[in-house]
Amino acid sequence: MTASLSRRDQPNPRKSFPTHILVFLAPAVLVYGLFMIYPLFDSLRLGFFAQVTRGVEQFVGFDNYVTLMTDDAILQPRLLNALKNSFLFFAVNMLVQNPIALMLAAVISTKTRGGLLYRILIFSPAILSLAIAGFVWRLVLSPLWGIVYDMLKALGLEAYAQPWLGLESTALITLALISAWQFLGIPMMLYYATLISIPNDLYEAAYVDGATDWLVFWRIKLPLLMPMVGIISLLTYIGNFNAFDVIFALKGADAGPNYATDTMMTFFYRTFFGSGFQKADPHMGAAVAGTMFVILMAGVLIYFFIQRRIKSYEF
Amino acid sequence: MARYSDPDRLRFHISLPGIDLRHLATKVLKHWMLMVFALLSTAPVALVLINSFKSRRAIFRNPYHLPSAETFDLVGYETVFAKSQFHVYYFNSLFVTLTALALILLFGTMVAFALAEYPFAGNNLIRIFFLLGIIIPIRLGSVSLLRLIDSLDLIGTLWALIVVYIAGGLPFAVFILTQFMAQVPGELKDAARVDGASEYRVFWLILPIIRPATGTVAAISIIPMWNDLWFPLVLAPGEATRTVTLGAQQFMGQFSNDWNALLAALSLSSVPVLIIYFISSKQLLQGLTAGAIKN
Repeated sequence: MTASLSRRDQPNPRKSFPTHILVFLAPAVLVYGLFMIYPLFDSLRLGFFAQVTRGVEQFVGFDNYVTLMTDDAILQPRLLNALKNSFLFFAVNMLVQNPIALMLAAVISTKTRGGLLYRILIFSPAILSLAIAGFVWRLVLSPLWGIVYDMLKALGLEAYAQPWLGLESTALITLALISAWQFLGIPMMLYYATLISIPNDLYEAAYVDGATDWLVFWRIKLPLLMPMVGIISLLTYIGNFNAFDVIFALKGADAGPNYATDTMMTFFYRTFFGSGFQKADPHMGAAVAGTMFVILMAGVLIYFFIQRRIKSYEF
Repeated sequence: MARYSDPDRLRFHISLPGIDLRHLATKVLKHWMLMVFALLSTAPVALVLINSFKSRRAIFRNPYHLPSAETFDLVGYETVFAKSQFHVYYFNSLFVTLTALALILLFGTMVAFALAEYPFAGNNLIRIFFLLGIIIPIRLGSVSLLRLIDSLDLIGTLWALIVVYIAGGLPFAVFILTQFMAQVPGELKDAARVDGASEYRVFWLILPIIRPATGTVAAISIIPMWNDLWFPLVLAPGEATRTVTLGAQQFMGQFSNDWNALLAALSLSSVPVLIIYFISSKQLLQGLTAGAIKN
């Protein structure tokens, strides 16, 4: 990004702004500005307002945020629970999906017959909607159908068969694993792309000296992959912190059993539109969105902080 | 690369005369592992597809068998078409995604051209402006977006989804396309300018050159739009404007005990996407690979 710009001449401010550039920029800037940037910032603003009487809004400062964090009847316990679950959802994806994706990419990027086919098949669930893929798993995991029971039995583990999606202790982790399963192909492809872009001469010398694939991977390729590990961690964070579709599709807005699968996004949806024991409150919803915004930005900042310390190599 | 310069540490390969046993073992292990993951990735959906064509009894008796003359049954599909409007959902999804996609590509290439071609004041600012959208999920603006869409009288229309998807898809499209635009050789454009072409004409002339990039952007942008559940639910939940994802989700909620109908609805919503994917997968994956390397 910066590299392509630095080569260019510095703009000359004295010239008047050419019309054709405006024409090229206008449609995208307008649509994107109006329907994305404006709502994002206006939502943040709405978090500082409340409805006093019908149709009348009033500035209340941080009141919504204070209520959100201290109202111990509904909001605060729900918020803490949703926060915990969102991080757990992210952590499961991070710890399960990321290493498996890296391993698969490392294997496929060495000369592999049928490598493209493997990539196509492993990537395929990622194109389905999470709601659909989630429902597929709900059927597969259903004790009624017994597919998973058969699988466990084949491995001699049938004693561990449980209705995982229905139990309070396992439902969230199961949903996170479904999401990890579905999007495994995306980090796999990104790792794969980075791996095959490493020039051969960087490790050919090691092979000539008799190094194994294993050693070349650990000592040469993995260090070169570190920047991509960082990018994928950030993408996993942004993508999973907003987990909604699979939970809403399988568990509804109340994210049962007993809010065990409630994440920040389902909590946001309930606060915004109301459901069950919570009345609809757009302003409080905006405050929840504002909280999520801050948490996301914190993650992004941490990423940029760490990323500066990861050595990246230009080939 | 100074850390890897110690040659003694790299030299411990055991070689056997004749067949390289170690090599063979690695190869077998490698393919075994890849097959396990390929199977794990495809089997659940395959099971759903196979069983959607069976009678209820056969679904539970022998889920792993292909439908036979005896077990073949389309009752699930009959229920789906009788009790829901899947053809409407398909039309809605197609209309929304294709319209949004066309406009994302048009607006995106225009911005990319301007950013890559002219070093105007504010060039960097516009880049950052669009980068913001890659980091912040548009869903967080839903409270205000709902009001905006409402004030524009677009609630419950497909256009509500279209404008939001264009806005949501542009940052990524601009990001990728700008990189490709920057690589178009300058001589080409200058030659056109010497011949008296306007800047609009120059833009038009180089569009075919960046077609591979637009293909990649198209393939990657269309997936989240087609699959989105959030905005159809928030902005256009009515029966007439339901997309396939929302329609299937609502249908499955209603018929959660009718396994034939569930399997049929799942198949109907995943098969079209899977067909398009398997046709275009080579290009999509190569595009992803190329895109990732460029960035």
